[in-house]
Amino acid sequence: MLLKSTTSKWAGLFVAIVLLILFMIASVIYGYTNTNWQTAIDAFTKYNGSNEHIIIQTVRLPRAFIAAAVGASLAIAGVLMQTLTKNPLASPGIFGINAGGGFAVVAAVTLFSVTDVHTFNALAFLGAAVAAVSVYAFGSFGREGLTPMKLTLAGAAMSAMFASFTQGLLVLNEAALDQVLFWLAGSVSGRKLETLVSVLPYIGVGWLGALLISGKMNVLAMGEDVAKGLGLNTGLIKIMIGVIVILLAGGSVAAAGPIGFVGIVVPHVTRSIIGIDHRWVIPLSGLLGAILLVAADIAARYILMPAEVPVGVMTAIIGTPFFIYIARRGFNGR
Amino acid sequence: MNAIETKNLSLSYGETLIINELDLKIPKGEITVFIGGNGCGKSTLLRSIARLLKPKSGGVLLEGKAIAKLSTKEIAKKMAILPQSPLAPEGLTVLQLVKQGRYPHQTWLKQWSEEDEKKVNDALKATRLEHLKDRTVDSLSGGQRQRAWIAMTLAQDTDIILLDEPTTYLDMTHQIEILDLLYDLNEMKNRTVVMVLHDLNLACRYAHNVVAIKDQKVYAQGKPEHVINCSLVKNVFDMDCEVTMDPLFGTPLCIPYGKGRCILDKAVAMNG
Repeated sequence: MLLKSTTSKWAGLFVAIVLLILFMIASVIYGYTNTNWQTAIDAFTKYNGSNEHIIIQTVRLPRAFIAAAVGASLAIAGVLMQTLTKNPLASPGIFGINAGGGFAVVAAVTLFSVTDVHTFNALAFLGAAVAAVSVYAFGSFGREGLTPMKLTLAGAAMSAMFASFTQGLLVLNEAALDQVLFWLAGSVSGRKLETLVSVLPYIGVGWLGALLISGKMNVLAMGEDVAKGLGLNTGLIKIMIGVIVILLAGGSVAAAGPIGFVGIVVPHVTRSIIGIDHRWVIPLSGLLGAILLVAADIAARYILMPAEVPVGVMTAIIGTPFFIYIARRGFNGR
Repeated sequence: MNAIETKNLSLSYGETLIINELDLKIPKGEITVFIGGNGCGKSTLLRSIARLLKPKSGGVLLEGKAIAKLSTKEIAKKMAILPQSPLAPEGLTVLQLVKQGRYPHQTWLKQWSEEDEKKVNDALKATRLEHLKDRTVDSLSGGQRQRAWIAMTLAQDTDIILLDEPTTYLDMTHQIEILDLLYDLNEMKNRTVVMVLHDLNLACRYAHNVVAIKDQKVYAQGKPEHVINCSLVKNVFDMDCEVTMDPLFGTPLCIPYGKGRCILDKAVAMNG
């Protein structure tokens, strides 16, 4: 743990906020069309319809906000899932949420030729929620109720099933492949601000909910029996976590497609900085998740200039070595 | 007045019946120890009393009230449970662990009070962990770690403390240290202590009241000096033994028959 005293933890949060703002400004200014501070400010104060101003207002700004919101949501969802499942590799992926959202969108495009963005988002959300609820239900069967192992297994099974269905649909309908491929890789580019506005109520409630239950998360982390003995209603708190994860991860999938690894990497980095108290981990991981995705999205513009890499590929490049590191380090670090 | 009562309590894992229609009374202000062979259901019974396991039928009364009708937080203010071999999250410090014991006393409005602070300090003091409070739980030795968990249950400040095999995996010194600590709690603060122990002789020394469990029922219950004898050990543990008197405490001392080196003139230990 890097930051031990309460003062240094507040300072850490403050630094993260400043960094996030700087990265978001960089995200608005830099890219294939390079602009500068002055142009960015002018685009909002003295809009003149120039190419740069249009790009800043309609492309760069929404992109920066979507990346930040999605990054924060995925990181917080990862924290909740790692504590809930006691599995350090848990992330929204293992709830089958990404796969469910992906399947819903591919099914909509291939079977029903949906092209409208709003329907697209709503379906992604719906698919993610259906997958998560079924994983939750399957994981709860049996006398002991919801156990981390059953949840993880149910998630892996549902993910595999939805992924296979998705691939099957795409094989049958190659024309649809082009339409959904960029979305399926996970991307925050080419999304309008309305995309964010439509999912913000859900992820906003998710953020607030995560902060409100952070103290109870500390109790749950002590293990099911100890938590129950301390008077925590573990059944209720698990349902609350499930709902919050669906809101955050479902909203993220709807806004940006399935972006992996943020939910795994950020919680670990956060805990190494600020310790394991969820009252600190949840806000800081939200900020760091936002920073990571905004930074990855900036990098995605430069790595194959003038072409753009989907940001999901960037997070995979950063996340894969980290994933292997955590897996090798072993569960609970023991 | 009984601290805890079970009424017609039946427990099962799946189809397997563990405890069958049990009526048990656990007296207030005493140390009660559950004894019995491996898999006899003593831990299951303790877990069920602590509401960690739902009964198949029947119920548990806590100070005369059905626990099924009390809120889990209300129960946590009256009864603490230390499960068998609990595992602290990696990186949790002793102080953070002990502070969690105050969870049932906190509300949305009252997050951390002076009383919480005092109870935590008292618990650290009673378990002699003040100098270790900033260490992480996973860096402690077995005995220290168990003391830290007990400190958490002390901070919970309940009249009743349940412990599932609190001395397992500890060496003899630390077993005595933990049991002495619990004995003091009972003597000085009049806490009701209910625990599962494997060591019959230590159970006889520390318990006011032993409950021997066999075949889904209570085989015998009472003061160790009244109930522990050769036939009980034979029937409950399926072991032949002599029961004599502990030369230091006068409580029953069970010496098993069996094989081993006999250095007495007459080989008396052979009929096991």
